Amino acid sequence: MAQFRIPGPLRRLSDGQVTVDVEASDLASAIEALDARYPGFRDRLLDESGELRQFVNVYLNDEDVRLGSGLSAKVGDGDEISIIPAVAGGVVL
Amino acid sequence: MPKVVGLRCRECGAEYELQATHVCEMCFGPLDAVYDEALLKKIVSRSRIENGPKSMWRYRDLLPIEDSVNVVTLGEGYTPLVKADRLGAELGLRNLYLKNDSMNPTNSFKDRVVSVAISWARAHGFETIACASTGNLANAVAAYAARAGLECFVFIPVDLEPAKVAAISVFDPNLVAVRGTYDDVNRLCSQLLESTPWAFCNINIRPFYAEGSKTLTFETAEQLGWKLPEEIIIPIASGCQFVRHRQAVRELMEFGLVHSDRVPAFTGAQALGCAPVYNAFVSDTPDRVLPVKPNTIARSIAIGNPSDGVYVNRIARETGGVVEAVTEEEIVDAMRLLARTEGIFTETAGGVTIGVLAKLARAGRWRGDEVVVAYVTGHGLKTADVLASANGHERRVEIDPTMKSFREKVSI
Repeated sequence: MAQFRIPGPLRRLSDGQVTVDVEASDLASAIEALDARYPGFRDRLLDESGELRQFVNVYLNDEDVRLGSGLSAKVGDGDEISIIPAVAGGVVL
Repeated sequence: MPKVVGLRCRECGAEYELQATHVCEMCFGPLDAVYDEALLKKIVSRSRIENGPKSMWRYRDLLPIEDSVNVVTLGEGYTPLVKADRLGAELGLRNLYLKNDSMNPTNSFKDRVVSVAISWARAHGFETIACASTGNLANAVAAYAARAGLECFVFIPVDLEPAKVAAISVFDPNLVAVRGTYDDVNRLCSQLLESTPWAFCNINIRPFYAEGSKTLTFETAEQLGWKLPEEIIIPIASGCQFVRHRQAVRELMEFGLVHSDRVPAFTGAQALGCAPVYNAFVSDTPDRVLPVKPNTIARSIAIGNPSDGVYVNRIARETGGVVEAVTEEEIVDAMRLLARTEGIFTETAGGVTIGVLAKLARAGRWRGDEVVVAYVTGHGLKTADVLASANGHERRVEIDPTMKSFREKVSI
């Protein structure tokens, strides 16, 4: 099991839960599992082409996944996945 | 009547009550302070500004601080705009100006944003001020927290320049040196936000903090005789101030402070050792700013994951500006060039700005008569160590205290 840490602005989606456990082999499937349990996360985290939204930062055990293998990053037991809004951020639509 | 009426998401337009928060719950977009524009149109005028204090607070009507609030000030802003004839002559620019923001109370432009942020936080009941910083922000936050009598926590990367650490420590804040990059520090603070009742200047009270940047451009226009330059060169870290300078020009026009409808070209400057915005600008996908691991002496602007990077590229393109980047050697050369020609000692980030200015000028970007302004945002003593290590001063000699030794070693 890996564990998502949900930031304040998204806890309405997770019924107020700060952490959510998921069974997954990589980050993409972890997000699918999170969305299956609490619908809405996929749209908040990924854009139309299925990439991480520009203003969402995802850290796998405190490493920015964009600096590694992105959505295909391997996820295993005990891994912590933190979702953190960019400090200002924004996406050009 | 309050002039600041709430917060609005820059992306989806969702509106929020006035509060210490910086991201939209709907789309994670950044929140901006929203003013009662009809009210501002009635009160903002050149004469009201010209009769104001000789600090950035002469633009108080355009800052998110109500009139009833006692501001926390050390006399920030209203820094010199100097015409740079000698530097201009080297670069073929006859109307080059430097906005010397190293003349602020803690010697960087951060005093502007921090004065607004801490004034807002104190007025809204916060007792502790915090920030994630590459040094200049922590310096300003520590000083202004001391001035305001507030508790202070500053978070910095552990390898910050010694001069910056000393200039922060003297104000006696709680100093947390984090073993990581600025981006690590920033991420940690974003996580701490939810478990502390603190005002993080650059995070949860960012919508107010960021507004202070605008005064740099307001002053530039006023000091040019209420005219806008043709191009502005701005260093890029998160890109936050770049975006606000564009907003400042919009407000100068909107409130009739300048009578021009020609927006200056906005040009951004980065160090090649940390150039995520430049990388995207010159790529096929300028709307996708990918993070990098910073490796540059320009540490005050070494943000590998710049929050406003996409906005910078959009504004640069829309206004006819560019984003350019320079090498470490070019940074130090530019610091020396500026000092040698204009008597201004800037830190490495200023070397980036002047380096980009020089690079663009030598590449023939300008005809020569355009009014170009470069923002010099921090003082050289903050990063003096880079000059000691980079090819020393050629005109230095060491002599015995005798006339003979002087005549032997010094040619006059």
